[in-house]
Amino acid sequence: MVNESRRKFLKLTALIGASITGLSPRKLKAAPKNILDKNRMGVLVDTTACIGCRKCEWACKVAHNLPTLPLESYDDRSVFRNMRRPDDKALTVVNEYPAKRQEEFPINVKIQCMHCDHPACVSACIVGAFSKEEIGAVVWDTKKCIGCRYCMVACPFQIPAFEFNKAIQPEIRKCDFCFQRTKEGKLPACVEICPMEALTYGKREELVKIAHEKIKLYPERYINHVYGEYEVGGTSWMYLANRDFVELQFPKLGKNPAPGVTEAIQHGIFAYFVPPVALYALLGVVMWINKNRKKTVEAE
Amino acid sequence: MENFMKPAPISKKFFTPGVIILTGFAVIGLIIVLIRLLFGLGAVTNLSNQYPWGIWIGIDVAAGVALAAGGFTTAALGHIMHKEEYHVVVRPALLTAMLGYTFVALSVALDLGRYYYIWHPLIMWNGNSVLFEVGMCVMIYLFVLYIEFLPIVTERFIGRVNLPGFLKVFNNPVDKFLRLLDRTLNKVMFIFIIAGVVLSCLHQSSLGTLMVIAGPKMHPLWQTPILPLLFLLSAISVGFPMVIFESLITSKSFGLKPELKVLSNLGSMVAPMLGIYLSFKIGDMVIRKTFVYLNEINIESILFAIEVVVGIIIPLRIFLSPKLIKSPVGLFIGSALVIFGVLLNRVNNFIVAYNPPYKFTPYFPSIGEIGVTLGFIALEVLLFRAFVMIFPIVSVPQYITPQTKFSVRGA
Ligand code: SF4
Ligand code: SF4
Ligand code: SF4
Repeated sequence: MVNESRRKFLKLTALIGASITGLSPRKLKAAPKNILDKNRMGVLVDTTACIGCRKCEWACKVAHNLPTLPLESYDDRSVFRNMRRPDDKALTVVNEYPAKRQEEFPINVKIQCMHCDHPACVSACIVGAFSKEEIGAVVWDTKKCIGCRYCMVACPFQIPAFEFNKAIQPEIRKCDFCFQRTKEGKLPACVEICPMEALTYGKREELVKIAHEKIKLYPERYINHVYGEYEVGGTSWMYLANRDFVELQFPKLGKNPAPGVTEAIQHGIFAYFVPPVALYALLGVVMWINKNRKKTVEAE
Repeated sequence: MENFMKPAPISKKFFTPGVIILTGFAVIGLIIVLIRLLFGLGAVTNLSNQYPWGIWIGIDVAAGVALAAGGFTTAALGHIMHKEEYHVVVRPALLTAMLGYTFVALSVALDLGRYYYIWHPLIMWNGNSVLFEVGMCVMIYLFVLYIEFLPIVTERFIGRVNLPGFLKVFNNPVDKFLRLLDRTLNKVMFIFIIAGVVLSCLHQSSLGTLMVIAGPKMHPLWQTPILPLLFLLSAISVGFPMVIFESLITSKSFGLKPELKVLSNLGSMVAPMLGIYLSFKIGDMVIRKTFVYLNEINIESILFAIEVVVGIIIPLRIFLSPKLIKSPVGLFIGSALVIFGVLLNRVNNFIVAYNPPYKFTPYFPSIGEIGVTLGFIALEVLLFRAFVMIFPIVSVPQYITPQTKFSVRGA
């Protein structure tokens, strides 16, 4: 009798365990596509060549159907007085940092999504709305996004922006590396318009080589650091500069991919669902023992 | 005099001055909710591209989940460890958890930019996302809590089904259905009870993993890979204090005698749990050498110190004192401090510690955000009151020896 009820109990326990874990690990792993293509593209930004004309800001808006003032208005350099960040109305902005010495030029830095090789946003998104495409772009899918803004919490560069003032279908906005254009073999809009060739579009692998060659050729022009080569596991957009990147308000980041620790914890807890199922079984046994002990005590 | 405790609906007047004030808060909160739904998050919150999450996530969701931990800790004690003497606190804790998680779900929905897509995670999976796991666990756990509550509903209505008007013909079938439901639930309930505990352990800890991905954006006093463990330990330690706190308030507001013996016994289990939590918190600080940040006096270090001293060490001292845990005042203050400590910890983790690059205006919750948070808390309290008056939740003495030795009539 006792055995009978025990068998039933254990069977049911196993059943519910299986149904909680009905989510198969294989499916879970397959969810975000995170293929790092060897030929993925990137952009090398040479901040020493950028003159702050902000034509890229204009081109980016036009390419993404965002409202913009006419191109001439972008000559106004008074915007540089304040530090700006990309937001839902501008996917890229250029900031200016004053020269240190009289004979030097001020430094202009164009900012947009870095298109990380191991993007925190892709790992974090609750519904997998972000994906790293083969071409290198990290793109966002409006059909999936639920607007939880966890991607914004996760991004080490604080890039994704949200349309806080929309009640229905607010979007996450960020540079999409002109995915629609590059798919057709066109250049990203900002790269195409840049008059100073401060932006170089190419295979990331080659860009890294070019960057180091430039540093070797002009050691007085650049510091020996390609920002983005290793930061958070490498990014598709990389920067050259003539002073420490921290002074240009780049975040100081380690070499480990941003989602690394989280994914390790997560997959540790859920290693093929063994820990939760084991806990379930353990609690089941404890409950059964306690119940029976109670019964025997009463029977005596 | 023989008496034993049995849950029963409490009959009292629903409206009291306190209830009317709470109703006011609830109405204001709901009006702000309406504005948010009509004009977007920006209309009522101080959120920005730098501070995407505010107190709706930090307090309503994260602290809400932690403070509803009484549900799974008492379930583990009462049902899994099978300690029957604690059954008087299981139902109130279950009700708190059920209401708590319902409001957590509502707060999440309200905070989502696209609340009408809240079902997306059910079919669009990202196994790497901590938020996905938290969302799924909370969703399933909420369902489990509703199932666990069902027997209380059947108990209330079996033999008492009394539908109005022409629906009367259904009285019998409904009653039969309730009886069947009750019997079935009775047999399978243990499945849900164990599942509830497992799911709780999973998402209580994963809530801590949530902020790990923010990496260097989070203040080192809180950013640690053992955040999930700390969250789980603190949730377990706040479970019983929450039950004690609530039980004391409920008895006070309904004029009942507090279940002091049970509460003291519960209280005696708090100290070891708080002790473990404290040792892991301090140990983590020593190993990562983050105590250096306590040398600087700033908002982070002050709040961290308050969290540890006022929220853990002082209540630990109270719960270690055999005298204090026997008195309602000691129990009340000790529990209130633990609750305050865990609440502050969640706020610290999700808001104070979060320090994004390029901040323009530091985040401080808007009137709208505070209004909704207060409104939801008020609504929860009101619903709790309504539920204990409708359903058999709070145990009241049932006098089974009617003959009294001394007649008090006319005295
Ligand atoms: S910079 Fe931020 S938004 Fe862009 S890919 Fe990296 S993590 Fe994602
Ligand atoms: S806001 Fe959208 S894209 Fe960002 S994490 Fe949430 S669901 Fe994903
Ligand atoms: S790559 Fe395209 S989307 Fe990105 S900044 Fe340049 S123009 Fe804008």
